[in-house]
Order: sequence, then structure tokens, then C-alpha cells
Amino acid sequence: MSLDTATVRRIASLARIRMGEEEVGRMQAELNGILGWIEQLQAVPTEGVEPMAGAGAVALRLREDVVTDGGIREAVLANAPDPEGEYFGVPKVVE
Amino acid sequence: MHPTDFTLRGAAEALSEGAISAVELTRAHLDAIEALNPRLNAYVTVAADQALDQARASDERRARGEAGPLEGLPLGIKDLFCTKGLRTTAGSRILGNFVPPYESTVSANLLRDGAVFLGKLNLDEFAMGSSNTSSAFGPVENPWSRRNHPDTRLVPGGSSGGSAAAVAARLALGATATDTGGSIRQPAAFCGIAGIKPTYGRCSRYGIVAFASSLDQAGPVARTVEDCALLLRSMSGFDPKDSTSADMPVPDFAAACGRSMKGLRIGVPKEYRLEGMPHEIEALWQQGLEWLREAGAETVEISLPHTKYALPTYYIVAPAEASSNLARYDGVRYGLRVEERDGDLKDLYERTRAEGFGAEVKRRIMIGTYVLSHGYYDAYYLKAQKVRALIKRDFDEAFGRVDAIVTPATPSAAFGMHEKTDDPVTMYLNDVFTVTANLAGLPGLAVPAGLDAQGLPLGLQVIGRAFDEETVFAVGAALERAADFTALPSVRAGA
Repeated sequence: MSLDTATVRRIASLARIRMGEEEVGRMQAELNGILGWIEQLQAVPTEGVEPMAGAGAVALRLREDVVTDGGIREAVLANAPDPEGEYFGVPKVVE
Repeated sequence: MHPTDFTLRGAAEALSEGAISAVELTRAHLDAIEALNPRLNAYVTVAADQALDQARASDERRARGEAGPLEGLPLGIKDLFCTKGLRTTAGSRILGNFVPPYESTVSANLLRDGAVFLGKLNLDEFAMGSSNTSSAFGPVENPWSRRNHPDTRLVPGGSSGGSAAAVAARLALGATATDTGGSIRQPAAFCGIAGIKPTYGRCSRYGIVAFASSLDQAGPVARTVEDCALLLRSMSGFDPKDSTSADMPVPDFAAACGRSMKGLRIGVPKEYRLEGMPHEIEALWQQGLEWLREAGAETVEISLPHTKYALPTYYIVAPAEASSNLARYDGVRYGLRVEERDGDLKDLYERTRAEGFGAEVKRRIMIGTYVLSHGYYDAYYLKAQKVRALIKRDFDEAFGRVDAIVTPATPSAAFGMHEKTDDPVTMYLNDVFTVTANLAGLPGLAVPAGLDAQGLPLGLQVIGRAFDEETVFAVGAALERAADFTALPSVRAGA
């Protein structure tokens, strides 16, 4: 199947990447090239095959439910591009 | 002998005999970087002052009799590993001037063992690429060149192109790297050095900028197989901070390098014989198998029937995981922020990500977002996870019959910086021989084995059972001894 420009714009919006018309057109051609190539997987019979999520152990370890870190506000905020006092600054989201 | 010509093992011996100090060794490497990095662009950050401080501290530790296994050895660190207080970029604009407040476990392990960090090494943006041309800090040049066209600038491979180029050009004794689909083995092969992607879970992923979490593994590149073994031993080990870290003992990998090939069964997968593959690569592969037979191994043809589906599977799984991992770059908590006056939060996200990410990263985020989106998840992502299970099953069956598998490392030698740039899929085919080991979680080692007609290095790959890096090192070292690869790149320190 092949993506139209409306679908490319919708994916870009879901991915939160601003994209101009020219870039949408270029991306459409590239994505369709890649998806067309990926399509060959549909030829592989996979009935009854358990999907493999990862290459490691099947079950992840659980750690003790205890506080292991904290009290490092300065380190957490050190790379913030626009901190406001003790907080991360963002544009106003509630009127 | 120029100090940058030491192997890692040789430098360790020279240091322990007092023939050279860590400060002298470090200064020689910093001088080499100053001379050659403007051309190669292997380092994005040179930490000269910090390196000399570390080297002085190392010499003091040694004088006190407290030398660690890597005491005083100058290494380069791929700029995907967070280094406390030292800028970490992932080769991207979106990380801006990010200075990590913590150290990755792998780099912390190297520091614990006495290593000196020369600086941070260039890479494809977020480790996505096979040519190191997608870095926001410019491309890396391969220190090798074609005999007949010495002026054509070649790629070092990727994504660990800075790591491989720096080690080949003698701007570090060894380096850290990471491998999601071939990013250690392909650049190692292109630059005529050795590199190993260990078993998934062997090295902690804590503090490594995430690309595709079920595939990403750290490993070393160095100029000999034994040097890789020494580095891997320090880098490895259980880490409670990575939920997929394996709680397994770390063997003495270097000791395995001397093991005999007698009685070993080496698998030769018939599906790795590609149509249109250069004759030289097929010939080198056959030569490698002959060397192993001469050393006492038996070679056995095997079948890995789902091999041809590995790359399309990878290009669903890896972008899906990447689109999720890279959602964190939002312009709020760290990194680049791009905003318009009176813009809302979504506008801030979209502008930041549009300016911060390069073209290949955007492509992969888009593919990943699409294959995970409502209505397409089963057809793409779930299907890919099932084919991934079949690829792993192929290996499980093969390893019932053989102890290791030997293949070419790459389908070509290093290519020119302006070749293979028109179509993303052509670039993706670079990883055809390496990506299967990532999908199955197996260790894979690239070892330089010969030159093509243009005088460019070609590598062979050894794939082993999960957590059996020792056999992989043994076979790799046997190939290395037989190949006696002594060719040198034209651009290198001390040349």
C-alpha cells in the first residue's frame, strides 16, 4: 500500500515534527520506497509463531519498591533550556 | 616506535615496565588528534585537559601500586555514552549543549579500571546510519583511500564511524562503540580494525542514548582481537540500572584468544552468498574458512532460511522503538528549544523537533510512528516481531550443529562519501550480514582479513551462541593470526 500526502501529514503530526509542503512530498516518496521494500515480509508464513519482543531474558527483573535516588533537583534542571525557578518552563497550556 | 603505534596490550606492558608514562602516552595521542582530527573529524569533543588530569592521576595510582586492568590507557568514547560533565551530543542538534549529570555504566566501568578518556567520537545522528554522514557535526573521513583514486574521500562506515576512524588512524588505542544493526562491525571492517558486538545484555545500556532498546548493545573497537577482548571484559557486567542487563559472570575473554580450533565446527550459511556480491568478498570468505580448516576446525554448510527477511524486519522494529525512544526530545527538559512568540506547546514540540532532528532520524521516526499507529500495528510491527522469532529460531537450530558461524562482515569495501546517497534502502543494505545477530541477540565480531583490489580493507564476521563470546574471540583470533593483516591506512599518526 502507498501513503498519500494527507497520511504523511497525519503521521508528522502524531510524531510532533513540523513539516512544510515540499518536505511532505519528499518524505512521501521516501516512505513509500521503504514501505514497499518492507512489504516482502507479508510473504513469510507466521501462523502460530509467538512474537519476539526482545533479545534478552523473557521476563524482566523487578527491583525492590524503595526510593533509590532523589534530592538532585539542580542536576535535573541543569540542562533545561528555559527553567522557571524550580520548574521546567513551557508555553501557557491553560487559559 | 611511535607511542600511538602500540596495541592496547603493548601499551599496557610498556606502562607497567615504566618504559612510558600515562601522561606521555596521552600527550602523544592528543598531539596526533590535533594534527589529524581537522581532516578526519573523528572527534566532536577533545577533552585534552581532563585527559591529562586523568593520566596524571593514573601515573600516581600506578606509583602507589594500585594499577587497574586498563591503567593509563587512552581511549575514545563514542558520543552516545553519557559522560559526567562532558558534553554528549549523539551527533544531533537536538541535544544542544547537553552536559550529562551522570556517567554511563560502560564508561564508568572503564574509568574504574584506570582508562583515560581522550574525548568524544563522532557518529551518525542517534547512531542511525552506515556511513557517518548524518552527524550534525559533519562527516568522518575514512583514513584509508583507494590506491587508484587516492583523492576520493571514503566513508568510515557507521554509525560508530568516529570510533573506527580514530582507532585506525591511531588517535586512540581503542574506543567504545554501539551496534544496533551493524554499527560496530561494519565501520570496523571498513577501517581495517576489529570490533565486537557482544551478546544482548552483556554490557549495560544505562547512560547510552537510546536508539532501539531491544537491539542496542555496546562493545569495543580496537586494532587487535585481543585488545577488543581486554576492553570488553572491563565494559561488561551486571548492572541493576538496566532491566535487560544479564546477571552472568564475565569471563577472561583475552584468555580465550589463544584457544585451539581443533574439533570446532564452523557453520557457513548458504544464504549469505549474495547475488552480485563482489568476487573478492566471496574469495576472502573461502580463504577464511580454509585458514580455519588448516587450524583444525571443520566447516559445515548450514541454512539460515529467513536471512533475507532480516533487514525488512529490522526496518520495522528499529524505527518503531526509535520513534518511542526519541519522543523524549521535546524542547522542555534538556536540549534544543525552538519556539515562536505566542506559540502553544504543540507548536514548541513541532518546531524543536523539526529543527533538531536531521533527515534520516525524521524518516525513521515517521516509519516507526506509522507502523505503530492504529490499524497498522498488526500488519507491520506484530508481523516483524514474529519474523524476528523465526530468525532467532534459525540460529538456535544452526547452533545445535555448529560452534560458531563465519560470514563476510560487509557486502562491499568502504564507499565514497557521495555514493549511495540517493536512496535510503541502498544504504540500509550495508547491514545485510550484521543485522541478524542484533535481531537474535547474538555476539558478532568483525576482524580484518584482507584487502580488495583498490587496497581497501575487508573483514570477516564471527557469530557465536548467546554468552559464548569466548568461542567468538577464539575463532576471530585464529583468523587474525592466519590473515596476518599488516596493511596500514594512508592517514595515520606517526606516518
